[in-house]
Amino acid sequence: MPDISYAWCKAVLKENAVYILLPFKLNKLKLAISFFFQLTKNLMNCVLNLVWNLMKLYDLLCLEGLVRGLQVFKERIKAPVYKRVTPNGEIQKLIITEETARIRPYAVAAVLRNIKFTKDRYDSFIELQEKLHQNICRKRALVAIGTHDLDTLSGPFTYTAKRPSDIKFKPLNKTKEYTACELMNIYKTDNHLKHYLHIIENKPLFPVIYDSNGVVLSMPPIINGNHSKITVNTRNVFIECTGTDFTKAKIVLDVIVTMFSEYCENPFMVEAAEVVFPNGKSYIFPELAYRKEIVRADLINKKVGIRETPENIAKLLTRMHLKSEVIGDGNQIEIEIPPTRADVIHACDIVEDAAIAYGYNNIQMALPKTYTIANQFPLNKLTELLRYDMAAAGFTEALTFALCSQEDIADKLGLDISATKAVHISNPKTAEFQVARTTLLPGLLKTIAANRKMPLPLKLFEISDIVVKDSSRDVGARNYRHLCAVYYNKNPGFEIIHGLLDRIMQLLNVPPGEKKGGYVIKASEGAAFFPGRCAEILARGQSIGKLGVLHPDVITKFELTMPCSSLEINIEPFL
Amino acid sequence: MADGPVAEVLLRQLATADGGLDSAELAAKLGVEHQAVVGAVKSLQALGEIIEAELRSTKRWELTAEGEEIAREGSHEARVFRSIPPEGLAQSELMRLPSGKVGFSKAMSNKWIRVDKSAADGPRVFRVVDSVEDEVQRRLQLVQGGQAEKLGEKERSELRKRKLLTEVGSWRDRPFKPYNFLAHGVLPDSGHLHPLLKVRTQFRQIFLEMGFTEMPTDNFIESSFWNFDALFQPQQHPARDQHDTFFLRDPAEALQLPMDYVHRVKRTHSQGGYGSQGYKYNWKLEEARKNLLRTHTTSASARALYRLAQKKPFTPAKYFSIDRVFRNETLDATHLAEFHQIEGVVADHGLTLGHLMGVLREFFTKLGITQLRFKPAYNPYTEPSMEVFSYHQGLRKWVEVGNSGIFRPEMLLPMGLPENVSVIAWGLSLERPTMIKYGINNIRELVGHKVNLQMVYDSPLCRLDAEPGPPRTQGTA
Repeated sequence: MPDISYAWCKAVLKENAVYILLPFKLNKLKLAISFFFQLTKNLMNCVLNLVWNLMKLYDLLCLEGLVRGLQVFKERIKAPVYKRVTPNGEIQKLIITEETARIRPYAVAAVLRNIKFTKDRYDSFIELQEKLHQNICRKRALVAIGTHDLDTLSGPFTYTAKRPSDIKFKPLNKTKEYTACELMNIYKTDNHLKHYLHIIENKPLFPVIYDSNGVVLSMPPIINGNHSKITVNTRNVFIECTGTDFTKAKIVLDVIVTMFSEYCENPFMVEAAEVVFPNGKSYIFPELAYRKEIVRADLINKKVGIRETPENIAKLLTRMHLKSEVIGDGNQIEIEIPPTRADVIHACDIVEDAAIAYGYNNIQMALPKTYTIANQFPLNKLTELLRYDMAAAGFTEALTFALCSQEDIADKLGLDISATKAVHISNPKTAEFQVARTTLLPGLLKTIAANRKMPLPLKLFEISDIVVKDSSRDVGARNYRHLCAVYYNKNPGFEIIHGLLDRIMQLLNVPPGEKKGGYVIKASEGAAFFPGRCAEILARGQSIGKLGVLHPDVITKFELTMPCSSLEINIEPFL
Repeated sequence: MADGPVAEVLLRQLATADGGLDSAELAAKLGVEHQAVVGAVKSLQALGEIIEAELRSTKRWELTAEGEEIAREGSHEARVFRSIPPEGLAQSELMRLPSGKVGFSKAMSNKWIRVDKSAADGPRVFRVVDSVEDEVQRRLQLVQGGQAEKLGEKERSELRKRKLLTEVGSWRDRPFKPYNFLAHGVLPDSGHLHPLLKVRTQFRQIFLEMGFTEMPTDNFIESSFWNFDALFQPQQHPARDQHDTFFLRDPAEALQLPMDYVHRVKRTHSQGGYGSQGYKYNWKLEEARKNLLRTHTTSASARALYRLAQKKPFTPAKYFSIDRVFRNETLDATHLAEFHQIEGVVADHGLTLGHLMGVLREFFTKLGITQLRFKPAYNPYTEPSMEVFSYHQGLRKWVEVGNSGIFRPEMLLPMGLPENVSVIAWGLSLERPTMIKYGINNIRELVGHKVNLQMVYDSPLCRLDAEPGPPRTQGTA
């Protein structure tokens, strides 16, 4: 196995064109995994275990974290201890004013002193910030990061909020000064920044950070100032994170400083900064908090289904960046959770790390002795039985979408949308997803329209759920299980659909006639039906649906050319 | 076509013929097989209104052995008549003649002869007429001469009743065109079940065989609370973003939530508890009330587990569901805004990761998948989590077949489940294994109104544990 170094990892990743190994979305991660499957088995296992875990480990969002993780896992190095140090000189101070309360109330800060960038390190530093912004920072809505060349600034710093017209500065990579209002306009066409504008747009005050000379560090969460821009040659970096989620802001700051303090003159030492809140309270950041948990070894064994000694388990956990030792009665393991492992919030997270280090595929499989008697959900049982007999009756099953346009369930059927009791979706990307269907008919008619070239007659059915508003339900809406069938041919074929109804009733053991819970059809009308060719179906003393010959307007609106008769009933009364 | 020239000759002949042509005669005249003429007629008919044809059947008759004897020797009654001399014959003697019995009664009914019962030496038979016309013999001779059609239907049937004449089919001496057994048969008219739902039936069957009870999932609309919060999925989680989830405008909010339980969930999220640090954020009830189209059936599992937790004492349970879920995602060849999720859940004391893997092995074996690998994964509500991969022979690579894990204590304990109860769960989509199974690359060819019904008509039985057949080739593009 090659040496796990920064250069090696980078080379392997680049070579295999999955440089976006540490992605924001799961599907890209899978790409990375399929690549790792091609590596040799040994190497694969160790890489995989870590790469898989990286989904939630923010410290693996950059190569520095990945390399360090692999090295610790292979026991090449011990996990570094991250320390916060108070500077010899004056501590950097960030003062939050109360104006920020209504827009972006939290801020944290830290300093990386005497750091040495190279081109690669610098790129990785910028990339990590971007990934954090996309990921844990929720596209900068929860947290926004600003990094600055401390040598160009002079503290203390002030984090305040001002009217946009009162904020004027030279933003990153621009040569002249703009007001915040002007910037918001300029960035409307910026493919990168336009996605963040909504976070503060239309707010009376915009957040902004100044140094003691009135130099703008940044206007979070949009843009930094050009004055304090960091370069490959920057030696001292001032990091500020502002946001609406204090916990996440602290995690983000911890991740950045733990990853890049490696390149400081005193590696893994981070210079503290003081943040003064509007209430006068002052806090020191970064937190870099180490937490201790005690978990019993037999609990881990029991949850995973293995039998390892407490010592072995402690060793497994240590390889996963969780420094552990056996204490007390020899069955207890004390685990130190480093600031890089913000994901560990419960003993079950520790159990998982032990299982990952042990190797999932090494765990002995077993069958639980849980004895149970199976039951079908009665509605699904009835549905399954009916489906088979509908097919036996010569009808073919369709499977159509539960979401559709308003037009499908209203306009095209000659109804007004307000008459449908439909539930409406607030954020559809296209008209296809405006509402949940209130009837199965449109889906079947669209299926016919897509199959006009097929030989006639077309006989289709579907048994599935529709959705309507219902204030008696906890969510204010409910499903009904419907059965819908259509007959499409050169003649309307009402008798065919009527015969199908008779057959369905026969199958459900519902006799014809109004007595003894039987069924009848009675002349009725419906906007979707040809006048005089529509009947209501009454069974078990209630109306269960309608059948009839569809109105020519309906036929036309669904882009059909032949007559069609249809039947739609609610099958729930027959449970 | 081979009968092209025959068809041409046929048309020419028809043009000059009055009152049509007989196909058999024409065949004889042209010296071709009768089938060739029939074929030409049929192909001309297929072109539309070019010729008219009607089906005529001819019958052939032949004499029985008795009939042949009669044609040669004369009918029994004629022979009886002829054997009576002018002075008559004793009836007893007459009866001893070969044609005696049959001929006597027939000759009597023809009134050719008479019986004198008063004669001294017993009844005696005398001629009544001088000569007779043997009509039966004449008719049989006609048939023998191939002129059966000159007889009336009544006359023929009379002869047939007397077993002198039999009808013979023309098949005995006709040549038959051989069948092409490579040709397809005619498919019966029938209805068909949808292939994806056939797969659904099989998955239900597998769960039922394994003793899993089906959960109710007939509620597409769900509150954020049951869909996310109850599962310990934080309110800022990306899945709760407008870009990933369909929220409702109307009804926008859930009307009722189980408030006691809601408070426990709120506390676990915002402050921790049950051994957890929590997420330490400001949990909002408004966010939990937001209605949406459920993004997974795990919301239904959460409801089922909550109901289970209210039953005291705790009884172990195995649950499953297969139903639709909705995602506000970008659509592509393998992703639609709605798909079916399959989910299995086991709740019991002391379940381990090894148990989860054991159940998965049994489940996937029933699907015909035996080579499994488990990879660490990240799910917000399970810990540990594992993705399940199987080696796909056809694609020659490991493909993801499911996602699984042990539900987090932060999800289970607020429901009221006992502390030592673990709940293992796994899920997969119904569409993906179906697409792999049937070699379908675009999900729109499988689900929704744009499917080709021919595909539905042609789809085979769903036998998940049987060897996959070759990819389907039938059906129109």
